[in-house]
Amino acid sequence: MAQQPVELILVRHLASRLAVPVFVIDASGDLVYFNEPAEQALGRRFEETPPMGHDEWTAAFLPSRSGRPLDAEQTPLMIALRQAMPYHTSLDVLTGDDVWRSVEVTAFPIIAPGDRLLGAVAMFWEAHGA
Amino acid sequence: MRVTFWGTRGSIATPGPETVVFGGDTSCVAIAGRDPGHLVILDAGTGLRRLGNTLPEGIGRIDLLLSHLHLDHILGLGFFAPFFREDLSVTIWAPPSRTPLLDRLSRYLSPPLFPVRLRDVSSQLHLRDAGPEPISSGEFTISAASIIHPDTALGYRIEGSDAVVAYLPDHEPALSPRFPTLRGWTSGAAIASDVDLLIHDGQYRPEEYADHVGWGHSSATDSVAFADLVAARTLALFHHDPGHDDAAVAELTRRARAASHGTRVMAAKQGSTITLGH
Repeated sequence: MAQQPVELILVRHLASRLAVPVFVIDASGDLVYFNEPAEQALGRRFEETPPMGHDEWTAAFLPSRSGRPLDAEQTPLMIALRQAMPYHTSLDVLTGDDVWRSVEVTAFPIIAPGDRLLGAVAMFWEAHGA
Repeated sequence: MRVTFWGTRGSIATPGPETVVFGGDTSCVAIAGRDPGHLVILDAGTGLRRLGNTLPEGIGRIDLLLSHLHLDHILGLGFFAPFFREDLSVTIWAPPSRTPLLDRLSRYLSPPLFPVRLRDVSSQLHLRDAGPEPISSGEFTISAASIIHPDTALGYRIEGSDAVVAYLPDHEPALSPRFPTLRGWTSGAAIASDVDLLIHDGQYRPEEYADHVGWGHSSATDSVAFADLVAARTLALFHHDPGHDDAAVAELTRRARAASHGTRVMAAKQGSTITLGH
């Protein structure tokens, strides 16, 4: 396995210390990490999850907006990656306890020196009322 | 390939009777190959001054690779006498930045901090950012990679025809996820993989590291764990803590040696030379 860029390593290190669910994708859109709060939300452990391309992880987590499922390119992570810009939105996701939950999602690209786009990271917060 | 340690100390020069064995000058390592006219220098700490004073006149080209621009790695630039040899070509490589390297180095090499400016040197001076493409340096091929250390820092891999050396003088791989088990997620693993000699940060005792997490340096035992993970044949502990006298460095090295699972462990000694390959 090739070594991940140090910027992704540090993002994963930070994510592993946070109390909110965090997902990290690499430059090709493959899911390379999610943290323990994300594991609890999904009901599956990262270490037991096989490597997934962006279409696979989108299907696995079933994000939707206003009752309509999002395709892979509409997810905040992929928008942040494709546009190399931060992105924020509200989503409904099916969590591991088989409950649909409304969440706020902020995603931003990981851009290293030399303008190298290395991936994107998304953080989730459960929405509490309108 | 001959590797000579001209400066092994971290953070600040510590000359004195308590550091005569392992050295008091800050980071500077020279790598020479078969070409007597070419030299690779790793970092420009205070050890660079003595290297410059003994540089053979036959050396016509130097590639000077800066791991980063913290003061203990560049302080020797102002005292490198060969900068005033017109027949010498010196290329300084450094981590890439949006700020030109001349401007970054001139923060030190200009009044009021220093009386001489880089533009005043008379050698043929070239300033380059070390990017992702390999550097062709005489008979050596050199790769650079970002590694974990505050501000942008690089590690270097120097490949010769008969040996490979990796240089990561300031590095905290313990911040990598689940260190030291995931090679693909470990900072510096790619450039340090399977080298004959790994020159690596080993500044702290394990109990000291606990109070310095995030400072960008390693305990000697983490340095050994990193060396074992990347299958380095020999580890030279480097960047000795300025608060450690010779006895402390020797004791720290013994503990590191005991923790090794295959890598040969030594402490870098100022003034010593290691010959690798044929």
